[in-house]
Amino acid sequence: MSRLLVGPFNRVEGDLEVRLEVQNGRVQDAWVNAPMYRGFEQILQGKHPLDALVYVPRICGICSVTQSVAAARALAAACGVQAPPNGVWLTNLMLACENAADHLTHFYLFFMPDFTRAEYAGRPWHAQAVQRFSALSGTHVREALAVRQRWMQIMGTLGGKWPHTQSIVPGGSTRNLAAPERHRLGARIAEMRGFLERVLYGVPLEEVAWQSADALAQWQEGDLECSDLRLFLRIAADLGLDALGRGPDLTLSYGGFADPSGRFSLAPGTWDGSQVQPVNMAHIAEDACHAWLAEGAGALHPSQGLTQPDVGKPGAYTWNKAPRLQGRVLETGALARQLAQGQPLLRSLWQQGRGNVLTRVLARSMELAQLVLLAEQCLRAIVPGAPCYEETHLPDEADAVGLCEAARGSLGHWMSIRDGRIANYQIIAPTSWNFSPRDRQGVPGALEAALVGALVQDGDKSPVAVQHIVRSFDPCMVCTVH
Amino acid sequence: MHEQPLNLLWLQSGGCGGCSMSLLCADTADFAAQLRQVGIHLLWHPSLSLESGHEMLEVMHDCLTGRTPLHVLCIEGAVLRGPEGTGRFHLLAGTQEPMMHWVRQLSAVAHQVVAVGSCAAFGGISAAGCNPTDACGLQYEGDQAGGLLGAAWRSAGGLPVVNVAGCPTHPGWVLETLAALTDGTQRLATDQLDALGRPRAYCDQLAHHGCARNEFYEYKASAEKPSDLGCLMEHMGCKGTQAHADCNIRLWNGEGSCARGGYACISCTEPGFEEPGHPFHQTPKVAGIPIGLPTDMHKAWFVALASLSKSATPRRVKQNSTADHVVVAPMIRKTRLK
Repeated sequence: MSRLLVGPFNRVEGDLEVRLEVQNGRVQDAWVNAPMYRGFEQILQGKHPLDALVYVPRICGICSVTQSVAAARALAAACGVQAPPNGVWLTNLMLACENAADHLTHFYLFFMPDFTRAEYAGRPWHAQAVQRFSALSGTHVREALAVRQRWMQIMGTLGGKWPHTQSIVPGGSTRNLAAPERHRLGARIAEMRGFLERVLYGVPLEEVAWQSADALAQWQEGDLECSDLRLFLRIAADLGLDALGRGPDLTLSYGGFADPSGRFSLAPGTWDGSQVQPVNMAHIAEDACHAWLAEGAGALHPSQGLTQPDVGKPGAYTWNKAPRLQGRVLETGALARQLAQGQPLLRSLWQQGRGNVLTRVLARSMELAQLVLLAEQCLRAIVPGAPCYEETHLPDEADAVGLCEAARGSLGHWMSIRDGRIANYQIIAPTSWNFSPRDRQGVPGALEAALVGALVQDGDKSPVAVQHIVRSFDPCMVCTVH
Repeated sequence: MHEQPLNLLWLQSGGCGGCSMSLLCADTADFAAQLRQVGIHLLWHPSLSLESGHEMLEVMHDCLTGRTPLHVLCIEGAVLRGPEGTGRFHLLAGTQEPMMHWVRQLSAVAHQVVAVGSCAAFGGISAAGCNPTDACGLQYEGDQAGGLLGAAWRSAGGLPVVNVAGCPTHPGWVLETLAALTDGTQRLATDQLDALGRPRAYCDQLAHHGCARNEFYEYKASAEKPSDLGCLMEHMGCKGTQAHADCNIRLWNGEGSCARGGYACISCTEPGFEEPGHPFHQTPKVAGIPIGLPTDMHKAWFVALASLSKSATPRRVKQNSTADHVVVAPMIRKTRLK
């Protein structure tokens, strides 16, 4: 038995450390540590409720808009206000823009560069991977950065800047869209479509919707030259990525992109292999047992949540609490959204091997096409001249929740207002779920369990299998602890 | 211009990583080429490098031992000194050492040190509220010189910490500051930094300059609620006339700025912006007059001019100021010489 301390991980957002116990060349046990605490939940106490719109986007530089949306939804619920259609479409467009950018960033900047590593020299795909995905210098990495920069101009127009906009407010948007701007944004979307169809998929976005493993296999036989996704699938088959990083038997999505009538484009729900169930929000609880945080009376519902550092706490090994749904560990992210929505290919792959490095990355890649199509729909739906904002009046007392799907999964904000001020604010971020520590029953979090069995070569200090598994979740550590 | 590219190491601590994410929005068709043009060789960056875990720690060790010359150290995020001075709120992964110690050691060997963003410069958002982590900047705590390194600290290259303040930073601010640091013939000197260590290249401006709402400002035709087109200063908390930055001249992500996005400038380049002492979305006033007057403007004149211009406000400007789109177009006049 040997021990390994792996970190710092880069190409994840924020700092991350993993402690491994290794036996016979395999990970026997894993502990995940989010090693940085900033204390947003403490900072927010006593503030004017609308000040959350300034602070919470700054929790995270990569899911900044998602944080804004969750806060705005909590505030809207507290006010009992419904944004007019333009407000809904503008918010959805910004969300689609951020989530698509994050998926693109994950694929080209964070995940694929690991296949350029020297230990893979000699694999039949290695030279192509090096050419396309070498960190910063790969041909397609550079193209992806260029198209991302253009794509984010959607944010400049709608949100003033990215990250950290304050344009998303309860009641809608602080900014309407004029007709010529609508056309200019259409051009930005077309550029992203062009890149994805030419470089990532090699087919029109509408065709990135395989209904079965056979359909995917047939497509996969096509030309590797014009599709990075095909190259990834070739790599995944060669390395057996479908057997790496198995996730839990339960997944969660709060649902994404509701239109003004409340109909979701990506359905909400938990999935356990047999059916989609509505998410019972009362069954969520956070267990601080293994966090350097004071504990209340056992696991607490976030509306009653407590965040108070306790740095000397025995048995603690991370700043992250352990969220559970009815006591169960679950996985959240693009894969969970596609499962709840009922995407047939991903459901069948999940039945075979649950969440794993292949299914997570494939789900994200397929969702990226959907997000660009969604952005087109949102833009078409915006009516220049129609209102984008509905006047709001904050109550002095309220308890409200705001939910949102970030690129990397389900985000919830629970807010209590007393005497017109924030009395308590609790956040459960996607990676709080995926990278949770053990709970008081000793049950490991999703990543901790997914790492078990990963191959560790003799003398390897940063095992590449561990890196693939960690990054397959697209973790955001700054959101995790906040 | 530079001859040999300079080695740059970029580390993150008490922040959101948003300045890195903003950097990737730099207005260029080839980011890697832009870095090369600026004269930078990236030793390591959290989002852009292959090296992970022990490989990254080796990069840092080589800098500390002098095996690799460290020309520019960029720190993003505040220094988390708590609890009780231990730095335990951020132990760098894989090292069990407070990040604060790594930053101090690396600063001692770096030729130049750059604080990227208001957190690294002054403490920023991370120091808001009760400042639970005892966050501070590299050489400032709010507007007080000191911070982690102390007021008297100078880098091996002779400069104080260069504070590229902003929340987040504009990619142009960062890249142009790096270009100035690497420029062999016209290297960045102390007289190009303002009294808070910020590059004057973007801080000798006010966010107000170039604001698209200038006509509304001139007539004090003010927005009353979010989405209104009017000036955001009188009611909506805008500090653009006081905030040092060129946001409305160079613009963000194409065509953006806070005011163009429909919300107030919160003066995110200024120390202490995170605790304004009033709700961000409201303008604090005394007897109906905003407390925060435009920089360099005398109060009596401001009051006199505001009152005069309010009475002179054209109907078009007045009506558009409280609408979310232009409801009255400018009248058509013959503009040829008469």
